[in-house]
Amino acid sequence: MASLIHCPHCGVRPSQEFSIRGDASVVRPAPEASDEAWHEYVHIRSNPHGRHREHWQHVAGCRRGLVVERDTFTHDVFSVTDGAAVAREGGR
Amino acid sequence: MTAYRLASGGVIDRSSTLSFKFDGRAMKGHPGDTLASALLANDQLLVGRSFKYHRPRGIVTAGPSEPNALVTIGEGAATDPNTKATVAELYAGLDARSQNRWPSLKHDIGALNGLLSPFLSAGFYYKTFMWPAAFWEKVYEPLIRRAAGLGRTVLEHDPHSYEKCWAHCDLLVVGAGPTGLMAALTAGRAGLRVILADEDFRLGGSLLAETTRIDHRPAMDFAEACLAELRALPHVTIMPRTTVFGWYDDNVFGAVERVQKHVVAPQAKLPVERLWRIVAKRALLATGAEERPLVFGGNDRPGVMMAGAMRTYANRFGVAAGRSVAIFTNGSAGYGTASDLAAHEIEVAAIIDSRDAPLDAAPAGVRVIPSASVIDTRGRQRVCGLVVERAGFEETIACDAIGMSGGWNPVIHLACQRGAKAVWSPELSTFLAPDLGSGLVVAGSAAGRYSLGGCLEDGAERAARIAADLGFSTASNPLPAVGEEVDPSFTALWYSPGAKAKAFVDFQNDVHVKDLGLALREGFGHVEHAKRYTTTGMATDQGKLSAINATGLLAGMQGISPADVGTTTFRPFYTPVAFGALAGTSRDEHAAPVRKSPLYGWAEKNGAAFVDSGLWYRPAFFARHGEKTWRDSTDREVVNVRQHVGLCDVSTLGKIEIFGPDAAEFLNRLYCNPFLKLPVGKARYGLMLREDGIAYDDGTTSRLSPQHFVMTTTTALAGGVMSHLEYCAQVVWPELKVRFCSSTDQWAQMAIAGPKSRLVLQALVEDDVSDAAFPFLSAAVVTLKGGLNARLFRISFSGELAYELAVPAGLGEAVADAIMEEGRGHGICAYGLEALNVLRIEKGHVTHAEFDGRVTPDDAGFGRMVSAQKTDFIGKRLSTRYGLTAADRMQMVGLKPVETDQHIRAGAHLLREGAKASTLNDQGYVSSACYSPTLGHDIALAFLKSGRERYGERVVVWDKLSGGDTVAEICHPVFVDPGNTRLKV
Ligand SMILES: [Zn+2]
Repeated sequence: MASLIHCPHCGVRPSQEFSIRGDASVVRPAPEASDEAWHEYVHIRSNPHGRHREHWQHVAGCRRGLVVERDTFTHDVFSVTDGAAVAREGGR
Repeated sequence: MTAYRLASGGVIDRSSTLSFKFDGRAMKGHPGDTLASALLANDQLLVGRSFKYHRPRGIVTAGPSEPNALVTIGEGAATDPNTKATVAELYAGLDARSQNRWPSLKHDIGALNGLLSPFLSAGFYYKTFMWPAAFWEKVYEPLIRRAAGLGRTVLEHDPHSYEKCWAHCDLLVVGAGPTGLMAALTAGRAGLRVILADEDFRLGGSLLAETTRIDHRPAMDFAEACLAELRALPHVTIMPRTTVFGWYDDNVFGAVERVQKHVVAPQAKLPVERLWRIVAKRALLATGAEERPLVFGGNDRPGVMMAGAMRTYANRFGVAAGRSVAIFTNGSAGYGTASDLAAHEIEVAAIIDSRDAPLDAAPAGVRVIPSASVIDTRGRQRVCGLVVERAGFEETIACDAIGMSGGWNPVIHLACQRGAKAVWSPELSTFLAPDLGSGLVVAGSAAGRYSLGGCLEDGAERAARIAADLGFSTASNPLPAVGEEVDPSFTALWYSPGAKAKAFVDFQNDVHVKDLGLALREGFGHVEHAKRYTTTGMATDQGKLSAINATGLLAGMQGISPADVGTTTFRPFYTPVAFGALAGTSRDEHAAPVRKSPLYGWAEKNGAAFVDSGLWYRPAFFARHGEKTWRDSTDREVVNVRQHVGLCDVSTLGKIEIFGPDAAEFLNRLYCNPFLKLPVGKARYGLMLREDGIAYDDGTTSRLSPQHFVMTTTTALAGGVMSHLEYCAQVVWPELKVRFCSSTDQWAQMAIAGPKSRLVLQALVEDDVSDAAFPFLSAAVVTLKGGLNARLFRISFSGELAYELAVPAGLGEAVADAIMEEGRGHGICAYGLEALNVLRIEKGHVTHAEFDGRVTPDDAGFGRMVSAQKTDFIGKRLSTRYGLTAADRMQMVGLKPVETDQHIRAGAHLLREGAKASTLNDQGYVSSACYSPTLGHDIALAFLKSGRERYGERVVVWDKLSGGDTVAEICHPVFVDPGNTRLKV
């Protein structure tokens, strides 16, 4: 876990100010999508050793949802992006 | 008397005397002493007993790697166990006690363990205390705990205060020895923001014990000049008494500053210790090198010390470790110590050198025995001689102290805390830090450059490179001129052959060479296994002295290189850190924030008994004169609400203001029931699901204007629902034009419930609140008499005619007072959480006792509320899956005891009559239960398999906790006024 997170809205802040929601690769399916797609969305999370994109929220700061791309092994953080901006581009 | 204070020398203040106590004995020392140096000056060499065999143990080092000299300092609640005497700064009134001995340090019963030592071999605990299992708790563990003493903690409240801080710098320099001082100077002169941290109370590191001259003056003077210049530099912060204990991600370092550990009575306005998190762009590790002990027979007898420590005691503290000192060495450093001791006119009995043809010069008249091995020591509680073996001949040499010098180990602990493995250097016969990138650079002795000149140069050079990297320009200052130095080279010696007594590897945990051999033979030869099997390196010193020798011995026994054995894992903390420092101010009532409702004052003056409810303090009940238990008060409050009127503080409910053209659409997607067409001026009960179809939270949401809603959540999930909304608005549906903010703390909200509630309210509100003008589920901004705007909702949790009135938080108490005043004639009472709970159970209303994360809307009787029309809402898709719609799911029912004097408690399980209590026969559980003063007996809400089809049946309420079983009748969950006639009047 990183010690510091560079929030795009608040600057460099201690990671204790953030809460983690997990895998950001999942995108909510359309209502009519298959059972499989919904099952994947609700229940399946990837848990990689290495690069990973996660939903974080700056709960003790701007309260924005963020997408943090980081390495679960080296703890390097590659990017922190506003979650809405990512979602508008289709979640990727 | 053998150890003594030298007539002169040392950086101690001889003009001042400090009185202190050790095991009750009065002693004297000087400012500048450590407890250890003062003990030695008082010839108190014996300071503790070892962990397993309770062998007498003396001071070994002059620093943080000390395995033996652990003492308890202070009295009562301020007791500090396991303090290293070698780093504890002496102060007047210090009261230290030895540990792990009974009845006294000199006569210790546990030493009998030594006689049993053949049975206390490696893996002893694993082998002996295996069975019978029942013996573990009652016999083995207490026995081990008593014998395996070390210091004892106290259970009293720690009276000291602690705090936490952040610091930021360009360069953090860890260690203020020659390397660190030069690095800090170089960087500080270039304009970097520098933090120089050192665990010692006096900065200078090895310079304080150095006899080599720098720039033609004593090394101590050089150190002082460096520090004077650093203090004058504006961007340099010097932090003495500060141990940097951990290296964390993003170059954040943990450090603990001992602000007031060196005073007998700490000032209350300052913390005793301060925990620092230091964010450093770059860090330079100038932690120096540790001298390596030698593993030889009888090497644990008090009086056997590190040679370098003897040198420090003599040069820095003006203390001689003995009158006649023998040196056992495998390199030149031992000769350096011998020279320094001789210069203080301490007799050097002999230099025993393991090397064949040493070229080093011994002090005049000192006998050197090369190619030799120390095989045993003489003496009981302190050394009186040693046995040397050379070419098969043994000789006993009288001495009262033995200095051992086995080479050098760079202190690379911090560098290896983040997963990087230490690298074996065959040239230096030690482990070095690997390349760690630019964040942390290791310099000087910590990087294997042991010479004084090398340290000064390395510190300056590496700091200059860091400065350049960060864009600062450095002026080139000439390096200080260093006088003649002792060559630091040595020939590794893992084990001095021919031991005639136990040769210890780990002094604190009593691990000797044969233990490691046994571990290897029994298949625990991997360094991590050997550590745990033998406990070497597992004591409070974490193997600072012993680990390298354990690795060397394991390598030697297997005929492989230490590189192939490796080291055990380095983890924070470098030295132990008190829990108090880690907790900081987050303790006792400050462990979590205290939230007080805006009506706290009102509740208090009305006699509330408060209960912790999450972070909130909420009124549980309002006791009146003569009421003996909470039940007396609660029953009265319930009856009063049903018959007259009551006022309850509901300010803790979460409140979220929601705005925007898409606010209605947003709510429609959040709740499982429809919200799109909620008219302005109306409130509606809303139920939120999780995406997996399970009920998440509920509350009423009202539309105050077309684009403005106010949502209420349960108290418990106010924060969670807010985050849920934010996630949905930002990530799931970023296209919706909606904004919201929490207003939980901005409003004081009061429930005014009971048949007379309208009478009370109408007297206070300008607007018409009659049933015709303000029917059930109305919501509006109203004007209170006097002109204050307030929000009024006609909603009811109790089932009575009721309103909720919200006013700005700061005016809450005044409005509540006015309501109470107005209501007095109508018999108003304040009611608390307990009565609120009874009222809602009587009415069959759910809370999180029911919505416990397993319950669907249909389980709780809300099945018809879930909209089939809406194309989408959170939880829609998965709420229709098979498992959530099965016919035999547990459904919410009411229960009442068949014998009305019988009780039902929440948590009880339900069984068919006559069925054996088993998981297989489990029919459900009780979620909420209470005594209903309205009905005169216990009632309960429960979840029961196919419950709604079983009204009138009987079940057994099985309650193993309270002991009894109660037969109950299954009924509709609404016990009071199922037709809602009291609500809509
Ligand atoms: Zn932020």
